Amino acid sequence: MNIHEYQAKEVLRRYKVNVPRGKVAVTAAEAEAAARELGGKVCVVKAQVHAGGRGKGGGIKLAKSPAEAREIADKMIGMKLVTHQTGPEGKEVHRVLVEEGCDIARELYLGMVLDRAIGRLTMMASTEGGVEIEEVAARTPEKILKEVIDPAVGLQGYQARKLAFALGIPKESIGKAVAFMTGLYKAFVESDCSLAEINPLVLTRQGDLLALDCKMGFDDNALYRHADIREMRDFAEEDPREVEAARFDLSYIGLDGDIACMVNGAGLAMATMDIIKFYGGSPANFLDVGGGATTEKVTAAFKILLADRNVKAILVNIFGGIMRCDVVASGIVEAAKQVKLSVPLVVRLEGTNVDLGRKILSESGLDITPGENMADAAERVVRLAGGAAR
Amino acid sequence: MSILVDKNTRVVTQGITGSTGQFHTKACKEYGTQMVAGVTPGKGGSSFEGIPIFDTVAEAVAKTGANASVIYVPPPFAADAILEAVDAVVDLVVCITEGIPVADMVQVRRVMDGKKTRLVGPNCPGVITPDECKIGIMPGYIHRKGSIGVVSRSGTLTYEAVHQLTEIGLGQSTCVGIGGDPIKGMEFVDVLRLFQDDAETEGVILIGEIGGSAEESAAEFVRKHVSKPVAGFIGGQTAPKGKRMGHAGAIISGGQGTAAEKIRAFEAAGIRVAKSPAELGSTMKVALKGA
Repeated sequence: MNIHEYQAKEVLRRYKVNVPRGKVAVTAAEAEAAARELGGKVCVVKAQVHAGGRGKGGGIKLAKSPAEAREIADKMIGMKLVTHQTGPEGKEVHRVLVEEGCDIARELYLGMVLDRAIGRLTMMASTEGGVEIEEVAARTPEKILKEVIDPAVGLQGYQARKLAFALGIPKESIGKAVAFMTGLYKAFVESDCSLAEINPLVLTRQGDLLALDCKMGFDDNALYRHADIREMRDFAEEDPREVEAARFDLSYIGLDGDIACMVNGAGLAMATMDIIKFYGGSPANFLDVGGGATTEKVTAAFKILLADRNVKAILVNIFGGIMRCDVVASGIVEAAKQVKLSVPLVVRLEGTNVDLGRKILSESGLDITPGENMADAAERVVRLAGGAAR
Repeated sequence: MSILVDKNTRVVTQGITGSTGQFHTKACKEYGTQMVAGVTPGKGGSSFEGIPIFDTVAEAVAKTGANASVIYVPPPFAADAILEAVDAVVDLVVCITEGIPVADMVQVRRVMDGKKTRLVGPNCPGVITPDECKIGIMPGYIHRKGSIGVVSRSGTLTYEAVHQLTEIGLGQSTCVGIGGDPIKGMEFVDVLRLFQDDAETEGVILIGEIGGSAEESAAEFVRKHVSKPVAGFIGGQTAPKGKRMGHAGAIISGGQGTAAEKIRAFEAAGIRVAKSPAELGSTMKVALKGA
C-alpha cells in the first residue's frame, strides 16, 4: 500500500525526522489560509497524487504570496496531472500540500529498501539528490552508498555516521544526520514499510536536514497490525477494479489488452498471460482467484472482467489441486448464467475431478469452448478474440 | 535417493487443529507420508486421525522422533512457529502459510543463520518425493516417481509442470516449491545444489518468475556447478512494472527483476528455456536428449 507525501511526512514527524512545516488543502481558499499560517512568505504548493515526477508535470509550484498560493491551488486541484509514472491519462489532483520554503544548500538522497538476496534492510544514500535514483544507480553506481542493517541490533550510530560523513555533511550537522537516519530506520521498521525514499534530503544553509519529499510504501501483509496506516489508504488513487476485486479476496491487475483471464494461483496466472501473448493475443488483466473459488467468487470475478469494455474473450485456466474441478465448473456455470456472458468463453480445466468438471460444463447448455490443455485453450481464445493465433 | 524428504521422513504438523491443517494432514497421511505428530498449544494430549497432538514442537520431537515440520498456522503466528521448529532442531521446516509480514521473515532468516534446519517457504505448496513422502498442499496423484527434479517459486504452475512431465513419461525425483515471498528459506541455488548431488536426479526444471534476482543467481550457479541438463521458464513476461503480480515477491521494481533479463541469464548459463508454459515438459525432454 502506498500513501501520499503529506501522510508520509506525518509518519516521519512521529519519529522526529525533520520535515518542512506544511498543511494539506483541498480547496484554493484552504491553500491560501495555509500559506498565511506558514508566515505568508515564499511557499511551495505540491499536488498530492501517488506518482513520481510531479515537478516536471507541473504538480509542484513556488508561490511568493498567499494570494499566489491560492491561484496555483485553484488550477492544480481538479487537474489531471500527467507524469512519466501516471500514464497518458494522468491522475486527478484532489488535494495539495502547502509547505514553507527553505534555504537549500545541497540536495541529497536517502532511502531504505529490503535487500532480498541477503534478507536484510539496507539504508542507501547518495550525494545525487533530486534525480531518479535508478538513473544514478545505472550511470554512476559508485555514487550510491549502502549500509546493511543487522535486524538483531538495528541501525547503529557508526553506520549512520559513516553515511553522513561520506555524504559530505559538515561536522556540526553530523549529529542531526544521525538522528535523522535513526528516525527513518525506526519509522520504517515500526510501521512495516516496504520502501521509504527521501529525495531530496535537503541540507539547508543553516545546517539543518529536512525531508523535502518523501515516498513511503507498506507491506500489505503487515497492515493488520497498523490501524493508523490502514486509515491512510486513499482508494481514489487505486484502480477501482482492483479495489472491487480485493473485496472478494481476488488478486486483480488491469492491463490494456482484450483477452481477459481468470486463473488459480499467481504463477499460473502470470504464465497464462504469457501464453496469450505467445499466441499473438494481448491479456486484459492478471486475475488470481486463489485456492477456493466459490460460485460467489467466480461470479464476482466475471463481473470485474466484463466491466472492462476492451474485453473480447475470456480464458479460464484452472489447475485444480486442492480445489476440485467439479466445484469450479459449477461455479463457472452458475456465474455465467448470472452475468449473461456477452463474449466467448474458453475454459481449460485440469486436475482433481477433471472429468466430472468437464461434464458439468458440456451439459450446461452454455456456449463454452473447452480447451484441451494450456496451449490449445490459449490458441482458441486468441482466435475468438479476433487475433491471429500463430 | 531423492532430496529433502523420503520414506523415512517423520512429520509433525504445526497448526493441526485448524481446518487447513486437518485437511492436508489427512491428505498427506493418505498419500503415505509418516505424519507422526501434531502441535497446537493447549491441545496437547488429544489426537487427530490417530495422530497424537502436543503442546510444543520440542515435546512432539522428543516423543515421536519427528524430523520435519509442516506449518499451517495463520500469518501473525507463523514466524513464531518456524522459530519453534528451528529451536526443536528438526531437519526440515516447510511453511505453507501465505501472507507473513516481510519484517517477520527478516528476523526468522537472521535467527536461522548458521542453524542446521532447512526452511522451505513460506507461501509455498511444499515438497514431495513421489510415492514416498508428500509434505504440503500439492495434489499427490499428478506426480510419478522418476528422475526429474522440479524447483519453482509458484504453486499451480508447478502442478502444471509436473502434470506435463508425467504426461510425457518423465517422473520426478523430488519437487520443491520454494514459495513466492521475497524473503524465504531455501533459494533456487540451495535446491539446485542438492539436485546436482543427488544420484537419482538426471535433469532439473527450474521455474522462476519476475522480481528479485534469485533466477540470476540460479543461472550463475548452474553455469558453474550443475552438470545435469536444466530446463527453465520465467513467468510474468507480460507483467507491467511496479505492480505486484499476486505473489509478494513478483514485482518489477526500479527496472530490475524483468523476465527478459532472467531469460537472458538462463540462456547464457546453458539452461534450455521453454518459450511457452505449455512446453515445460517437452523442453525438459529436449534438454535431456541434448545432454
